[in-house]
Amino acid sequence: MGRRLTLRPYVLIVPALLLTCGILYPFGLGLYYTLFDFSASKPQPDMVRLHNYETVFTQDAFWNSAWVTVLYAVGAAAAETVLGVSVALLLHRSSLVGRVLEKILILPLMIAPVIAAIMWKLMLQPSVGVVNHLLKPFGLGGVQWTDTPTGALLSSIAVDVWVYTPFVAILALAGLRSLPTSPFEAAAVDGAGWWYTFRRLTLPMLWPYVLVAVIFRFMDSLKVFDIIYALTEGGPGDSTVVLQIRAYLEAIRFQRYSFGISYTIVLWAVVYLAAMVLVKHLGRIQRKAAEAK
Amino acid sequence: MTTRKRLSGLLADAALILYFVFALFPIAWMVILSLKPANELFSTYFSFTPTLGSYRTVLGDSEGIPFVRFFVNSLVVSVGAVALSLLVGLPAAYASARWRFKGSENLMFTLLSFRFAPELTVIIPLFVLYQRLGLFDTYVGMIWVLQLVTLPLIVWIMRSYFADLTPELEQAALLDGYTRKQAFFKVALPLVKPGVAAVSLLAFIFAWNNFVFPLILTSNEAQTVTVGALSFLGGDRPKYNLTAAAALVSVVPPLLLALTIQRYLVRGLSFGAVKS
Repeated sequence: MGRRLTLRPYVLIVPALLLTCGILYPFGLGLYYTLFDFSASKPQPDMVRLHNYETVFTQDAFWNSAWVTVLYAVGAAAAETVLGVSVALLLHRSSLVGRVLEKILILPLMIAPVIAAIMWKLMLQPSVGVVNHLLKPFGLGGVQWTDTPTGALLSSIAVDVWVYTPFVAILALAGLRSLPTSPFEAAAVDGAGWWYTFRRLTLPMLWPYVLVAVIFRFMDSLKVFDIIYALTEGGPGDSTVVLQIRAYLEAIRFQRYSFGISYTIVLWAVVYLAAMVLVKHLGRIQRKAAEAK
Repeated sequence: MTTRKRLSGLLADAALILYFVFALFPIAWMVILSLKPANELFSTYFSFTPTLGSYRTVLGDSEGIPFVRFFVNSLVVSVGAVALSLLVGLPAAYASARWRFKGSENLMFTLLSFRFAPELTVIIPLFVLYQRLGLFDTYVGMIWVLQLVTLPLIVWIMRSYFADLTPELEQAALLDGYTRKQAFFKVALPLVKPGVAAVSLLAFIFAWNNFVFPLILTSNEAQTVTVGALSFLGGDRPKYNLTAAAALVSVVPPLLLALTIQRYLVRGLSFGAVKS
């Protein structure tokens, strides 16, 4: 099988390929649109070549959005990694409590992020939300969660953490369960402490698994849309206008189609580059981990 | 067991419980909010007489928001997208697992890369295109675009299921006089049936949970529950109990499915990434 060239695999793959083209076509079309000044007020557009991109890069709004996006993605991915790995380590101890709770670990991940954001929006209302109600005994009853720039960014990161920490925890737990046991037994015989074992054995061997989760989370967070849309709609001011929200506002709300698409093309390029760099790094780490085993 | 060990065990359990309170509280709170009568929403917090009024309003069309129709729409477009993806995805996954052919790796990577493309890059051109072609706010339009979510998932997961089957099984079938097609349908496919079931349910959940495609490519006729649940937040007075009830109704299918296919989810969620 497979040695002689047959047409069969191509025939089998053509339908999927056609559907894929159905998606590549609008992508190409979008790229083409960005060379024009196509908008609702200008249905007969002129060719403007790279002018849209020039405008994007010289706008303060773009750099603000880029900064917010990076803060959001780094913040969410970092928090999810630390919390997710911690939860995985705690579950790996396999107490009765852990075994019971492990079965429901997946639940937040199954709720649409936009629904999760709606839930948190209700809970974070300053005057009537339950979070401030619970904080009242501690003298913190009036926090304006999503009404201050920093608060809005932190709140949206918190929702991301709520939804996606289980994802990191599941991958880390799968990693932990696949680690060889002998190095840990040897370390225990040598009387190594918990912290030493964690830093010298667990973490280096677990890292390739965790890194996969980090890559997924970081790249997904770079293109966050639904959580921010439902929680803050980019506000207050421009404080949570991540790149996809900016693209949405420009292209759909203000109907400047070409200009909005330019934003998403820039974001696409950034995500693509980030993916390339991270996957290369992942390959190196995985090879190193394989040698160490 | 030493006292110290027992103490650290207790601390670990306490930390776990703390995390799970954070993870489960929002869901529990939505249940509470949805059961509160409208006049007790803001007055008393933990004591109230539960009522199903919010659910009756949400499911009964009385706020001018046809939530039941949104629910049915979600069902139709999610099932449609999964069915279409299976139809084209299974052969593609089988082909790429069984034959190494020119461009196969590039093609597979292209499919996976859609997982990381910003949705708005294709949505905005599609929005313009759909309006011209009459696909805007239609089932066909939604099913077509949801492929972006379901097809890569199905191809990548099923590829690893097919790769785990040894080719000798089908070769034996061929020697017995089966055609290649029969070998696929009578030998290979039945063996990966559990995988097909799991990946279909997972793809369904992802399609169901999608928000940005229906937000921009539908307006009323084909709108789904994820977008519909937001409409209860609008209007002059925020209707918290209705919003909570709508949110809960919209998470029922994914949550039920998640509980039934839990065993397969880890493989699905990482889809081949860990293997690379």
